[in-house]
Amino acid sequence: MPSRSRRWVFVSVAAAGVLWLTASIVSGQASTYKAPRTTDGRPNLMGIWQAISEASWDVEPHAAAMGPVPALGAAGAIPPGLGIVDGGRIPYLPGAVEQKRKNFENRMMLDPEIKCYLPGTPRAMYMPYPLQIIQTPKYIMMVFTFARAVRTIYLDEHVDAPADSWMGWSNGRWEGETLVVDTSGFNGMTWLDRAGNFHSEALRVVERFTATSPDHLLYEATLEDPKTFSRPWKITLPLYRRLERNAQLLEFRCVEFAEDIIYGHLRKPSP
Amino acid sequence: MRDRCLVMALVLFAVVVWLTPAGAQTTAASRAAAEAGSYKAPRTPDGQPDLQGYWTNSTYTPLQRPEGITRDVFTREEAIEVMKKAAAAESEQTTPGTIADVHYDFTQFGLDRNQGGVPLNLRTSLIFDPQDGRLPPVTAEGQKRQAERAEARKRMGGPWDAAQNQSFSVRCILMNRAGPPMLPGAYNNFYQIIQSPGYVMILVEMIHEPRIIPLDRRPHLPGNIQQLTGNPVGHWEGDTLVVESTNFTDQNPFVEGASEKLRLIERFTRVADDRILYQFTVDDSATWTRPWSAELPMLKTDGPIFEHACHEGNYSLINALAGARADEKRRADEAAKKSSQ
Repeated sequence: MPSRSRRWVFVSVAAAGVLWLTASIVSGQASTYKAPRTTDGRPNLMGIWQAISEASWDVEPHAAAMGPVPALGAAGAIPPGLGIVDGGRIPYLPGAVEQKRKNFENRMMLDPEIKCYLPGTPRAMYMPYPLQIIQTPKYIMMVFTFARAVRTIYLDEHVDAPADSWMGWSNGRWEGETLVVDTSGFNGMTWLDRAGNFHSEALRVVERFTATSPDHLLYEATLEDPKTFSRPWKITLPLYRRLERNAQLLEFRCVEFAEDIIYGHLRKPSP
Repeated sequence: MRDRCLVMALVLFAVVVWLTPAGAQTTAASRAAAEAGSYKAPRTPDGQPDLQGYWTNSTYTPLQRPEGITRDVFTREEAIEVMKKAAAAESEQTTPGTIADVHYDFTQFGLDRNQGGVPLNLRTSLIFDPQDGRLPPVTAEGQKRQAERAEARKRMGGPWDAAQNQSFSVRCILMNRAGPPMLPGAYNNFYQIIQSPGYVMILVEMIHEPRIIPLDRRPHLPGNIQQLTGNPVGHWEGDTLVVESTNFTDQNPFVEGASEKLRLIERFTRVADDRILYQFTVDDSATWTRPWSAELPMLKTDGPIFEHACHEGNYSLINALAGARADEKRRADEAAKKSSQ
């Protein structure tokens, strides 16, 4: 082969290699990092993790805005966020768009977070508080600071959700470096964020957890709900390891902070 | 002659030491060892004694030995009789027209202890130390605190004046028997234990309480962080998981009257394939004149544990409050009608 064409071949192959690597880093799917192993040979995802994101206010990209409690001023304002939705917008069905608008306008009354209700999946994963993953061959427990919510991921025996729940029923399996979790059996009462983004009981969430460094997990979740969305859509964000010495989850029961909101109208009036 | 005296003195000393009740910790350990006998628990991959699985600690045995009973164990036949009587009392809820019947029928929903599975327990009380099976006396400080709490409760008004006047259980904040110490209530007495390197995790079914117990002997939380379930730190002593909890609030719903100085020590020992012996010592010198200890078995059972979304479904609290307000309104209306006649 003449030397000039060899040079072109070399350049094209090198360019393709660079493009592939870049795409890999961006997608995270071909990350070369391999997490240390558990005794049963699986990637060790254990530890205390936390999302650093504004998704808990609004999973879609959004500018800063006045919060729902003006008396809190800047401290209660909605911070701007790049969003975690691939493509930027949730593909609501036409009827669902109207419901989302109603949710947003009435969010002080309707947001289940305000009443300390269990946050559901995936919302629990990006609330701004630490979560802990405890991993065994048969079960992975995810424990959340907010409302002491718990998700049990069943790795061994997969059954359909025996009953509806707030956090959903999770069946998990390993695909190489990635933990894949398939969750359904929702009761349709949870939201996706504080902006009123929502789903029905038909929601199915397929999540992928992949360690991309000793202190990062890449979290991807595909949401599918034929009653609410016109097609499946995806969220992506990193989870960061809490590195403080003796990091641990503290009690955030939150019911006592919501009781006046829920029961205050039934309080005995003062004479 | 002097040698013989010395030998006799040593023998006497040994006998006295053997007969004298040892401290609660050694007693608890020796009781667990006796119950385990030659059984040795299998190991997890990282070498911990394996406590994993689904367990239930339902029991009809009361915390304190009932009056009139002095023995610490029943015979097997007596224990079965006690259980039969208690199970019959539970199913009396089906008697139509009784107040219990209006509440709900435990047996219909499989919520009675009997259907959930109750390990046969020969003990006449859960408390084994003091040896009379009853709580030790309350200190003067403890009595003062109990009186102050009763006063504070009175000042809050009637039990249905506000949601906050009710117990943590009714408010679905924490079931008072979920603990720690983990004691069974009328139902939902299920636990799931999983273990990974560095942690034992116990999922208590009652209001999905997650207990994450680190095994790295870390220091407890700073004193100004107080939590309803305290702050557990665990370690292994032989085949026994020892969990020490401090940092309780002064509103401890589990141990009646306990102060924030409470130091709770729990011990988990697998004594058979299908049984864990659960022991705990309550050490609160601000409330009781001495520490006291209790134990009960946890029996292996089937899972899974369902989500217990108590607060989310707490209609009973809303309805009870609404009913109380409706009652008041009805009485006020009747009084107004009478006075206008």
